[in-house]
Amino acid sequence: MRRHHVLLSAIGLAACLPALSAADLTGKVVLKGTPKAELTIDMSADPKCGALHDKPVTTRHYVVDKDGGLANVLVFIKSGLAEKNFAAPSGTPVLDQVGCEYSPYVMGVQTHQKFKIKNSDPTLHNVHATPKPGSENKEFNMAQPVKDMTTEKSFPSPETAVRFKCDVHPWMFAYVGVFDHPFYAVTGKDGTFKISGLPKGKYTVEAYHVKTHGANPGVTQEITVDGDAKADFTIELK
Amino acid sequence: MSPARHHPWLHRFAVLTAAAAWVVICFGGLVTSHGAGLAVPDWPNTYGYNLFFFPISKWVGGIFYEHTHRLVASGVGLLTTVLAIWLWRAESRAWLRWLGVAAFVGVVLQGVIGGLRVILLRDHLGVFHGALAQLFFVLVCGIALFTSRWWREQLPQTQKVEDRGGLRRLALLTTLLVFGQLLLGATMRHRHAGLAIPDFPAAYGRLWPGIDAASVARYNQQREESTAVNPIAGFDVVLQMAHRLGACFIALGVGLCSRVARHGLAPGHSLIRASSAWLVLVVLQFSLGAATVWTGKSADLATAHVAVGSLVLALGGLLTVSGFQLLQPPAIARNPTLSCELTPFRSDSPPAAASHRA
Repeated sequence: MRRHHVLLSAIGLAACLPALSAADLTGKVVLKGTPKAELTIDMSADPKCGALHDKPVTTRHYVVDKDGGLANVLVFIKSGLAEKNFAAPSGTPVLDQVGCEYSPYVMGVQTHQKFKIKNSDPTLHNVHATPKPGSENKEFNMAQPVKDMTTEKSFPSPETAVRFKCDVHPWMFAYVGVFDHPFYAVTGKDGTFKISGLPKGKYTVEAYHVKTHGANPGVTQEITVDGDAKADFTIELK
Repeated sequence: MSPARHHPWLHRFAVLTAAAAWVVICFGGLVTSHGAGLAVPDWPNTYGYNLFFFPISKWVGGIFYEHTHRLVASGVGLLTTVLAIWLWRAESRAWLRWLGVAAFVGVVLQGVIGGLRVILLRDHLGVFHGALAQLFFVLVCGIALFTSRWWREQLPQTQKVEDRGGLRRLALLTTLLVFGQLLLGATMRHRHAGLAIPDFPAAYGRLWPGIDAASVARYNQQREESTAVNPIAGFDVVLQMAHRLGACFIALGVGLCSRVARHGLAPGHSLIRASSAWLVLVVLQFSLGAATVWTGKSADLATAHVAVGSLVLALGGLLTVSGFQLLQPPAIARNPTLSCELTPFRSDSPPAAASHRA
């Protein structure tokens, strides 16, 4: 009986070891250089949109805080993961349309993970996803004419940033990063990020900013994770 | 079939249809200029409503341009159907009756292609839709010309003049060049990459811009946009440069046509007036193109550029067809014994092969 307990304990401990050795990767992305001023958006094409704002609305190409922290950067493990198959998480992120703007501007999902697209506005939108040509992710364009209408979608293939746009309100666009693993994050307003549960190992981490990098890869860094790790990035405007 | 005679109201209706076709090109131009081609995700309905019952209160943003384009296009479809039926019943010239049928087929095809572009999400169908619209416009303008009193009654009485300067071929070649230019323009617009080159007449400050990866990355990084345009690719820069070069060749061609007409024809000849009008349109078109760049691709100016472009094509087509009727090759003038009358599109008889008489 005692031998049975010892065996069970050993098995349980072995199962917990990966979790115990999982680490957090944190860091900050800063912008070097002065971007052009954001453009003020004219929402007069739909009076209902203008009525939702009491201050001018601008584009969000470069959201930089006073310390240079750059928001809306996708930070993700580009290579080095030993495991290749990760089950889609159960959580359902939401891409919302609020005040005739997408919220969030940049978000990440895993392949085959369901995410919701919601219309929280008192006006109609169309939701038009434009994956890269040749991608396994399919382009779609659907109507969301009613407030609180929600649609669920998922993408089967990794893609750094799938653009979503509204053709009714041409100033509305957002980006969804699709990854085949759960180790990604989007930097906050201060440019910081945190990727949790990263197993021990050597990795290439990439920081990708849509406006700066466009069709090109982002900046990368080699890191070794053996306990909590840190990786800071500098994105430079040329 | 009614005996050969001029039908003034048929002609006026043809002019109305041609004018309406131009208006729908303008509305279509507005759709693309405002990036609203997919603002209505369904077809033939509009957000689930029947096209004609979509509430006006919902004609907002891009929907306004796309929905009004569909409504006006439906009107053109109706006008073209009536025109085709009227031509079939009243027109004695068989070839013109069949042109009416071709116009009907063309407008139906336009509607279907426009709808499929929305349903299938295919940008290349948008290019085809834009190109076919131009050809359709030229066709209905031609029908308006062929049903005119001038074409039916005055033209056959007019003595053919020697085409010493090769005006007929020059006009034809330049018109074909204009169509090629329109295809380039349609391709540029339907790549939805916005303004690929932000300055004119220079291109990124140079005679020929760089199209290497680093240069293109810099163009995208430095570009300011408030709408969801696609990233500029090297191909977009090349397209824009080809379009600029095409404009120069067209200006040269139209200028030569005007010069040849003025030097080779008697003052007051209709071809002189037509080629002069063509030159004025091309100068206007060139200016609109430049202004489109200088204003960062203002939607209204870009649309005006599309609209005037279609007039340049149509006038070139009409000038070419008229030229082949009013002018004859120089060899015939030098050798009257080889008189060779080509009588297509002039009488009630079907298009005839040349009949030679000694």
